[in-house]
Amino acid sequence: MPITYTSGEQVEVYRFRVPVTVGVPLLALFLQAFVPLRFPFFSVFDLPLLVTIFFAMARRNPVSGLLTGALIGLIQDALTHRAIGLYGIAKTVVGFGASSLGAKLDVENAGARFLLTLGFYLVHSAVYFTVARGMVSLTLDWSWSRGVLAGLANAAVGVALYFVLDRFKQRT
Amino acid sequence: METVLGRYRNLIILVGVLFLQALGLAVQVKRTSDAESTRLIRVWAVGAITPLERSLVWGQTYSGNLWHNYFYLRGARAENRQLKEQIDQLRLEQVRLNQDAEQAHRLQALLSFKERYISKTVAAQVIGSSGSDQSRSVYIDKGVSDGIEQGMAVITADGVVGKVLSVFPSTSLVLLINDQSSGVGAILEKSRLQGVLRGTPNGEVMLERVMSDEQVAPGETLLTSGGDQIFPKGLPLGRVAKVAGADSGLFLNVKVKPAANLGRLEEVLVVLAKQEHQATAEGTGRVRTVDIMAQRLPSVPDKPAVSAGGTGTGVPGTAANDGAAKTTTVKPQSQTGAKPQTSAPSVRPKPAESDTTKPQGSVSMTGVLNKAATNPAAGVTSAAPGTMTAPGKRAIFPPKTVGPATTTPASEDDSH
Repeated sequence: MPITYTSGEQVEVYRFRVPVTVGVPLLALFLQAFVPLRFPFFSVFDLPLLVTIFFAMARRNPVSGLLTGALIGLIQDALTHRAIGLYGIAKTVVGFGASSLGAKLDVENAGARFLLTLGFYLVHSAVYFTVARGMVSLTLDWSWSRGVLAGLANAAVGVALYFVLDRFKQRT
Repeated sequence: METVLGRYRNLIILVGVLFLQALGLAVQVKRTSDAESTRLIRVWAVGAITPLERSLVWGQTYSGNLWHNYFYLRGARAENRQLKEQIDQLRLEQVRLNQDAEQAHRLQALLSFKERYISKTVAAQVIGSSGSDQSRSVYIDKGVSDGIEQGMAVITADGVVGKVLSVFPSTSLVLLINDQSSGVGAILEKSRLQGVLRGTPNGEVMLERVMSDEQVAPGETLLTSGGDQIFPKGLPLGRVAKVAGADSGLFLNVKVKPAANLGRLEEVLVVLAKQEHQATAEGTGRVRTVDIMAQRLPSVPDKPAVSAGGTGTGVPGTAANDGAAKTTTVKPQSQTGAKPQTSAPSVRPKPAESDTTKPQGSVSMTGVLNKAATNPAAGVTSAAPGTMTAPGKRAIFPPKTVGPATTTPASEDDSH
């Protein structure tokens, strides 16, 4: 199994330049809003979520991770017509979880990244649906088959995306 | 105390951030309209994302136009020919529809109906979406500066798209009809059953509030009913795809396939203004059947003015029937693209006897056709049912449109 437990001293913490920190989430949000117009199936992917997971795992700082997730989620909420905070809460939880796990696990290899992304996609969906149903009274349909398939698709895209984004990492 | 705070610092911050967002959500849910309270963050987000989308769409459109309009013109000539033929067919269809519309107008006027129609639209390009399956909405490149307001209807040539939900300075958010929070007053075209068209969580469109004892046939067209005061009446919404639930429950589950392709929207029309007025039989200012007919006929040379004592028989070569004689002097300027001048005073001072139901100001070749129907020698003869022959030109008319002409006996004598 590629996931290995490592001590705090063993894991490397990365940081990113400001243009990358701002530009990559914005680009993800832009692509998420634009590409489905031409390719409707693209709405299955959640690029802002993948970016949240990547930054959280790379920085390995829970506070930084949850704040990154909250900010990206709130902007994503603002682009919809729903109440602002649904994606915000879900991505805050994911950001916190990913950075917490990133501090304890070796998340540099593809297998670990795939499994973590799949897991966090399902967590994200669960939190989103819970909040949407519980607080906003939205009627949402949950399909396990569709959810898992979408999670697998996101995990596959995520692994490829993370390797691209790895180029922007800077060691502290 | 400090140890506890330090130890659980991350968790406390997580709970704090979540609490703040949950609080914000609760405030939004409690308010009936959160448009104002959350406007700032929406404006910032839209302001950050849509310029990129707008520029990309512009570049895509520009390069596409450059290619299609200058370089890739293969088959344009053949297509042009096909389109011209199609235009001819559509003109004939328009003739028939205009007749029906005229009749409807007269009936509406008789019943003192008020009619409402789209009087002003603005074309807009779809530049982005919400990017979420939970929010089926799109952004268009027109906003407050273009006269867009909240609640305006958005349509395409195929059918209804949705309504404007939020307006920003140069963009607007359009809620699609397949979103679960949308609702459109709908009516089935044939059975005239009314209901409410709603989106479902998975993006389908359902017609609700149709009683289970009613009969709804798959394939039937669904139109806007106008009852929601947003969409004008009669716009196509879609077709019935599937009917279920007749056995259980009070209402039918009618699945509808939207007329507009909501998954691939590019250009849309925003209805800026609807006009309501009392229906009148007068067709002033509108393209009339007779104008279209006149455009399709060649110019008829002026007849020699020979007085025959005002018998009104309409015999060619006589000016006895002023109306008929003048009518034939209508010069269809379709050859030059101009609208034929068919104003009543200059063209037909006296209404033709056979055309007394025609409203004032609507003069045209109908009179001629009626004359032809009653008198085969009136200058225009019918070669066969459904066809009308004029000098140098053969025009085909649907039987319903020019009933009298279709019954005109065939004449070998084409004196003009």
